[in-house]
Amino acid sequence: MALPELNQTATQARLSSLSQPEGGCLAGARHAALSRVQTTGLPGRRDEYWKYTQPDTLVQAVAPEASVFHHDEEPMFGGFDRLKIVFVDGVFDESASDDLELEGVRIDRISDISNQDIHWAKDLYGVLEARGQSPVARPLAALNTAFAREGVAIHVTGKPSKPINLIYMHKSEKSDVMLHHVIRVDPGASATILENGPAASRFNKCTEIDIADGASLHLICAQGRDHERRAATHMFARLGKETTFKSFTLTVNGVLTRNETVVELLGDNAVAHVSGACVGDGDFHHDDTVFVTHDAVNCESRQVFKKVLRNGATGVFQGKILVKNKAQKTDGYQISQALMLDDDSQFLAKPELEIYADDVVCSHGSTSGAIDENALFYLRSRGIPNDAATDLLTLAFLGEAVDEIEDQEIATDIVERLENWLIRRR
Amino acid sequence: MVALDQTQVKDGVDQETVDAVREVGGEYKYGWETEIEMEYAPKGVSPDIVRLISEKNEEPEWMTEWRLQAYERWLQKEEPTWAMVNYPKIDFQDIYYYARPKSMDVKPKSLEEVDPKLLATYEKLGIPLREQMILAGVEGAEKAPAEGRKVAVDAVFDSVSIGTTFKDELKAAGVIFCSISEAIKDHPELVKKYLGTVVPVTDNYYATLNSAVFSDGSFVYVPPGVRCPMELSTYFRINAENTGQFERTLIIADKGSYVSYLEGCTAPARDTAQLHAAVVEIIVEEDAEVKYSTVQNWYPGDEDGKGGIYNFVTKRADCRGDRSKVMWTQVETGSAVTWKYPSCILRGEESQGEFYSIAIANNMQQADTGTKMVHLGKNTKSRIVSKGISAGKAQNTYRGLVSMHKKAKDARNYTQCDSLLIGDKCGAHTVPYIEVKNNSARVEHEATTSKVDEDQLFYCRSRGMDEEEAVALVVNGFCKDVLQALPMEFAMEAQQLVAISLEGSVG
Repeated sequence: MALPELNQTATQARLSSLSQPEGGCLAGARHAALSRVQTTGLPGRRDEYWKYTQPDTLVQAVAPEASVFHHDEEPMFGGFDRLKIVFVDGVFDESASDDLELEGVRIDRISDISNQDIHWAKDLYGVLEARGQSPVARPLAALNTAFAREGVAIHVTGKPSKPINLIYMHKSEKSDVMLHHVIRVDPGASATILENGPAASRFNKCTEIDIADGASLHLICAQGRDHERRAATHMFARLGKETTFKSFTLTVNGVLTRNETVVELLGDNAVAHVSGACVGDGDFHHDDTVFVTHDAVNCESRQVFKKVLRNGATGVFQGKILVKNKAQKTDGYQISQALMLDDDSQFLAKPELEIYADDVVCSHGSTSGAIDENALFYLRSRGIPNDAATDLLTLAFLGEAVDEIEDQEIATDIVERLENWLIRRR
Repeated sequence: MVALDQTQVKDGVDQETVDAVREVGGEYKYGWETEIEMEYAPKGVSPDIVRLISEKNEEPEWMTEWRLQAYERWLQKEEPTWAMVNYPKIDFQDIYYYARPKSMDVKPKSLEEVDPKLLATYEKLGIPLREQMILAGVEGAEKAPAEGRKVAVDAVFDSVSIGTTFKDELKAAGVIFCSISEAIKDHPELVKKYLGTVVPVTDNYYATLNSAVFSDGSFVYVPPGVRCPMELSTYFRINAENTGQFERTLIIADKGSYVSYLEGCTAPARDTAQLHAAVVEIIVEEDAEVKYSTVQNWYPGDEDGKGGIYNFVTKRADCRGDRSKVMWTQVETGSAVTWKYPSCILRGEESQGEFYSIAIANNMQQADTGTKMVHLGKNTKSRIVSKGISAGKAQNTYRGLVSMHKKAKDARNYTQCDSLLIGDKCGAHTVPYIEVKNNSARVEHEATTSKVDEDQLFYCRSRGMDEEEAVALVVNGFCKDVLQALPMEFAMEAQQLVAISLEGSVG
């Protein structure tokens, strides 16, 4: 089907503002991705997959400016031993970063790989993203594959002694950044990756993750606190036999965030948990779009998303569990919940199931509403002031999502930060 | 019901049973045809055909204009493709839009004058068009209280209504129950006031087509404060080949009234698919209540997906008044392709909408069905219970919307959709849309998909039931929520349908 004219014009305007890196082993993937974008066009207002989120500002040729939010809090993950890789407005900052050498893992920069003729990343870069374009097109991810110049290729070969922390600093009000990461986890290997920071005024991130048999990967991401920033992120994960993949995303502030996660369970007995907690106040639009495909026997998937919204904030959840014909004994679970602290906020959800196997258990739930008046009354009758009681109930609500984080210290740190966020807004 | 694929049969089910099921159950009960001389409008749709239908119904000028405008709008619309159904492209110029029995050329004044062949058709379907009769073949109906047994029937045969029973008795109560073609002639003020106000002419592709070419259907008006003295029902029969049925139903429950309306439908078994595109509009005023029940048993096509009815229907109720209530109950077992979303617009304060559905898809059937609950008024409530069963190679989708508008303070919704898969070649899908725009509204959605519970089956079998009986029982339990909401006449039939549709599907 031919693209509508409006969409075509917007797509052309965006593409003409960009230039592709030339040559190297990733050139083929970049060219193929560009033609994907040209075929599907960038998302428009009338796309069903963007029904609840306006893509205009993510698509337009020039990114809207976003001021940098200054605060004196301890940086995220600051107290933990980790290997730091720092990007400032998308540019690798060598002086702020640690030495990229760590036992059990090999880290290369995409910009370096682009100059080489042979590198393992070639077999992954753009590959999972291309697979993830069906049945629903994700043109912003293809755009990223085609044009991103920076990012990291992480090859986990063993069990590194500390997590790898990707830090995205935002310094320029006009920054428009694309980063592309590829992560390969060898059989039996395991690692934890931390990400934090607003990255840019407009940030487009694409991560491709390939987890081999018996391997595991944990991802914890804290999207930065800049109020005016915009982000569209994609994560494509492919899971082999007996693998574990867990991802948790914390989102605080940000005028527009769209996080798409595409997980394919291709090996038997694989486990995938995708979760997120977000808190938004005022001009805040947060969209979690998750697509989990079960294509192997006896796999488990969980999607847990919690949103706290106030002062006109909007929360969106689009989730899907697709169980293919051979994925018998699937255990699929999906929950999306919104707590609306006032009357101006809204929650829009589309929790889908598509099932072709008969011996499966899949459940999905979605609820939304205000703070439970009875619970609030109970706490107040025990002498807890209204504000503190509201915060307590709000934290309890977010609890189920935060519980998805395995590292207890990080989980505690995140809860404290959420608590501070709530206290500041009393 | 289903000819079983050899590969589908599980260990423990003996081949004899499978063969028996194949032989006995392979037939659609209502697949016979009435041989009767018919009169057709030329094939295809055009302004001339629209005018012709209007003329045949002896409609006033304003109605003809209304139709022609709808036709113009239809030309500008595109066929929707978002539903999870696949079927060959429909050639809208290869359908007869109007077909009526020759004997209906002069409209019979009473049921006595109706062609005996037509009466026999309905008799055979178990819907005798005689007054003072309960529906035939309904076991247990004799035990019902005398006043509860009466059901007034409007019988629609292809494009025309052939008669309506109990008209006089209903008239005495002030209730108007007649075909819509009669209503346009006899009660133009009511039709003008309400037609197209719930489902606007341009609502969707099929509703727009229906607005242009609808040939008949039922009209109900229940005046203020009246509790309709009996159940009303319409029985739709498609008989003619290559004919589309486009019926229009308009139900108005004025302040404080109550009516229960039933709808049933069947068609002969044919190799070519036939289109049925209906529109149902319900207006519920203050304190009024409407119960609308459907047993949809259109010909589903054969086991290879040949033939069957394409059932593309728009049904919507507008709860305009405060404390008004509407309840949709549907049992969907027929049709090759279903595209149907009975909806409630909850405008009045404290108005209520309920939707209970069982959709059973077998062989190559495809069903994409659900509801929309649009909460506009304060304290509005809605409840959705949907059970989908897929067997054979069928695809069954629940698609629904719950929308809480900003002004719908303290509105409540509860949604439960369950799907059951029988065999590994079918599919069950859930596509709910939830839009909440105020924080006092509470929305809860839950859905599960599961196989027939092994423990429950084992229990039943250990009590001496054979596997088929056991599955029928477990599934009946699964569907009980919905079946209990049906009026008694249909509850009986529906329970039978559940058992029949699942027969032979074990394994």
